[in-house]
Amino acid sequence: MSNPPSPSPANWFKSLRRTRLGEPCLKTYPLQYEEQLKRARVSFQARRSIKENFRLAQLEAVLRMLEEHECDFVDALGRDLHKPRFETVVSELIPVKNEALHAISNLKKWMQPQQVERNLSTTLDECLVVNEPLGVVFIMGTWCSPVQMCLVPLVGAIAAGNCAIISPSVCTAHTAALLQRLIPSYLDNECFHVILAGTNDLADIVELKFDHVFFSGTREEGSRIAQAAAQCLTPITLVLGGKNPCYVDQHCDITITAQRIAWARFHNSGQSLVAPDYILCHSDVKTRLVQALKCCLMRFYGSDPRESSSFCRMVNLDIFNRTKDLLWRSGKVVLGGQVTEAEKYIAPTILTEVDESDPIMQQDLFGPVLPVLSVNNVDETIAFINKQEKPLCVYVYSNNSKVISRVMSETSSGSFCSNDSTLQSLIVTLPFGGVGASGIGAYHGRYSFDTFSHRKSCLLRSTHLECVTSLRYPPYDDRNLSLITWGSSLSWKSQGWCHIL
Amino acid sequence: LSRGQAIQRAREAFGSGRTRPLEFRLQQLQALQKMMSEREVEIITALKQDINRSQYDTSLLELIGINNEINLALGKLREWAAPRLVEKNLLTMSDEAYIQPEPLGVVLIIGAWNYPWAVTLVPLVGAIAAGNGAVVKPSEISGYSSLLLATLLPLYLDKDLYPVVTGGVTETQELLKQRFDHIFYTGSSAVGKLVMEAAARHITPVTLELGGKSPCYIDKNCDIRVACRRITWGKFVNCGQTCIAPDYILCEPCVQGHVVECIRQTLLEFYGPDPKSSPDYGRIINQTHFNRVVGLMEGYAPVLGGQCDASQRYIAPTILKDVPPHSKLMQEEIFGPLLPIVTVSGLDEAISFINERDKPLALYIFSSDKQVRKLGEAYYNSGIAVHNCFLHHSILCVRLLLLDFVGQSGMGFYHGKHTFDRLSHQRACLLRSLGMESINLARYPPQDRQRASRARLALMSPLIDLSKKTYIWAISMTVIAIGLLITLLFNTVACVALSPEPNGVN
Repeated sequence: MSNPPSPSPANWFKSLRRTRLGEPCLKTYPLQYEEQLKRARVSFQARRSIKENFRLAQLEAVLRMLEEHECDFVDALGRDLHKPRFETVVSELIPVKNEALHAISNLKKWMQPQQVERNLSTTLDECLVVNEPLGVVFIMGTWCSPVQMCLVPLVGAIAAGNCAIISPSVCTAHTAALLQRLIPSYLDNECFHVILAGTNDLADIVELKFDHVFFSGTREEGSRIAQAAAQCLTPITLVLGGKNPCYVDQHCDITITAQRIAWARFHNSGQSLVAPDYILCHSDVKTRLVQALKCCLMRFYGSDPRESSSFCRMVNLDIFNRTKDLLWRSGKVVLGGQVTEAEKYIAPTILTEVDESDPIMQQDLFGPVLPVLSVNNVDETIAFINKQEKPLCVYVYSNNSKVISRVMSETSSGSFCSNDSTLQSLIVTLPFGGVGASGIGAYHGRYSFDTFSHRKSCLLRSTHLECVTSLRYPPYDDRNLSLITWGSSLSWKSQGWCHIL
Repeated sequence: LSRGQAIQRAREAFGSGRTRPLEFRLQQLQALQKMMSEREVEIITALKQDINRSQYDTSLLELIGINNEINLALGKLREWAAPRLVEKNLLTMSDEAYIQPEPLGVVLIIGAWNYPWAVTLVPLVGAIAAGNGAVVKPSEISGYSSLLLATLLPLYLDKDLYPVVTGGVTETQELLKQRFDHIFYTGSSAVGKLVMEAAARHITPVTLELGGKSPCYIDKNCDIRVACRRITWGKFVNCGQTCIAPDYILCEPCVQGHVVECIRQTLLEFYGPDPKSSPDYGRIINQTHFNRVVGLMEGYAPVLGGQCDASQRYIAPTILKDVPPHSKLMQEEIFGPLLPIVTVSGLDEAISFINERDKPLALYIFSSDKQVRKLGEAYYNSGIAVHNCFLHHSILCVRLLLLDFVGQSGMGFYHGKHTFDRLSHQRACLLRSLGMESINLARYPPQDRQRASRARLALMSPLIDLSKKTYIWAISMTVIAIGLLITLLFNTVACVALSPEPNGVN
């Protein structure tokens, strides 16, 4: 497969001028969005993105891009979030690579039309479900996982045969600039475009009419995007933040539990959609848990996390101030609490004596703060969780499988994980998405392919056996009707055998 | 009982966990089935009063279909509701990873008037099967059916979980202000947009079946007689008021005359020389729609039919030839017994004609040329591509095929298992153990190269399918291999034992 055509000189020059590392990027003008959308539509209508070879080539190009520019990604995320190399590679680059590899090895299978069960009247016919691409999709990333949230849906969109317009979050300016620079050099320039649009402009862009919109972010923004999409009847997939509860039972290995929770919570300095937001700890083990968490954090980041090269920073002053505010107005700080505005640094913090009505329990939390609440038993936990909106994830730490299955069956969430956190979102065969207030739709692996495809039902009949078909035509009479009713009441394992039409 | 209270009661009933056990859901489905069979006569009468549909049509198009959906759900519910295992990799080898379908909560089902029972009850079957509560809002335009449904449903199904709310536009708007966990709407695009917008405020997923202009392409090499008979049936049943009816015909000028003639003959066969007096021919649902459809005909001389009678809301089966693509008739969905024929010069022009317009709900192709059929599959982006008429809404076999909507014709898909999936939440579950922490150590800070490469290895390991099929395959292959090995050994030993002595004996 030949290399994608090189970008037009004008675009190349603009992107070069704009994206020297270290410089904040400028926004593209609104008119350009329409032009890019038009180009993507034209190339979709020319059926460019539909052939299997094209899709495989593009997926391989994504892989190459990640491999060849790993250092650039590490650097960009380092500047944006002070993200250590390890976190960038493990939580941003590897998931995208896994998705791309999974898609490449399964693409043929996914693209096959599925045969469906036939019955007596269609034995001579072909009944298929064909997967078709939707058209041009719009993918809006979030700043929590800037690379992953843009590229994983992009992999799904490419695999399904669509063209795409990607809008990485402008909050992580360097990463967005990097994507804008790299994608035109690796992917087809007519089919895939990168735009940089502020959060307030996104709803307007959605109204330009796409065939599917993918958004991840906060609930308020999600609702606005959904309303804009409703104007043009555009289907949407929303992955929205929420407060993910985490229950720690009295029967569990406290050290390991603390380790896993601490890793999940303070990874990326708490700026994650899937991290456990707050802990509901059984009162018997609360002190031990807090102690274990303290030890863990000491081991992970040393006595002064500010000096540690493994700890990130807040993405911008807005989020910094918001988190600082929530932290200082809620509960009691038992560890951490130090902030440094110049560096946008907040120390890993644990809060106890937090009340349900505290500000930190009322709003989404993006920061390295972990409130620990006390509960007396599983019933209280379940009641507490069910009072809140349905979250993206529910976590339970326990040795008792009955407790785990109780919490799982009596609560509802996008996904569920016991005795670990965030790992279920890294597994490519499990769907990842929200329910209720935490979002609509799911993606990852095969589910991305399905989200960005249209499943068309096809029935290919012949003109034979018209005598059978003619039973359904008027003028109607009782004889025909009773034949048909009798035919459909013939059952074998409660399935009508005969549908004479 | 006010609307708000009804919804509140449904929510509380759902919250009590009543719908979770499969037995409850099966029992409700059986009750629904009983209702359909015991009250068949009343349902047929109501439909006759609403839309003058003959008793045979009702049975054919709605009742048998609903019955089949219920039978399917009854038979397969256990399978649908069971957790589905997924492939695992090295990291999660000792864990359980599966997808558990869960109910969403309380769903809102807004019905339509053209098939008041099918369009409302098929999603209800899926909602019940998935374990949800449901607020059912039948269309007020099919007034008799709506009232009958409101009377019957509480007599057979759980009164709290499945309330029926009747009313018109204002009541529907009030209803949409409330929060639901899924909204299922069938109707026009204009209202579809309002429904979706109302849903967007609460981040509620929607399934919209909107309709559109479903084109029907007749190739010159096909059995035109049979094609026309199928088209006629699809078009004029329920007096053209079907969302997936062939809206207009595309064919080449050389076959246009033949098509008209065949349809004329078929109409004679179906409804006799005077369709008005045929008991099998329906009427338009109300005066507004009657006026609308008659208005579409203005300015065109039909080549067949065209008579109408406002007192009975009767419009004769009508065919219009050589309709220009920009006429009013080709702008909106007809939803009536008018069949325009637009001439195109061949398959390519037909394809571009269709692609220029909004994505339709269904696409019909009649051709005996395999090539054409394959192209049809590949090119058009619409809900259904068929070589015949009417797969879905009727009992025509394919309840396992989805009725999928795309673009302007709606979103989401349903029928059979897909309704169940649509009205469930597929929750990803990963059950790990607290053991084997040594493997996990690689991911914790502080980091170094060695840990990083170990973590990379664990996360990027290939996926292994540990489903039953693989186990069975692996075990049976092992058994066969061992069997072969034993046979081979046995053979070798036997050969050695039975071989003649080195020094030959007499």
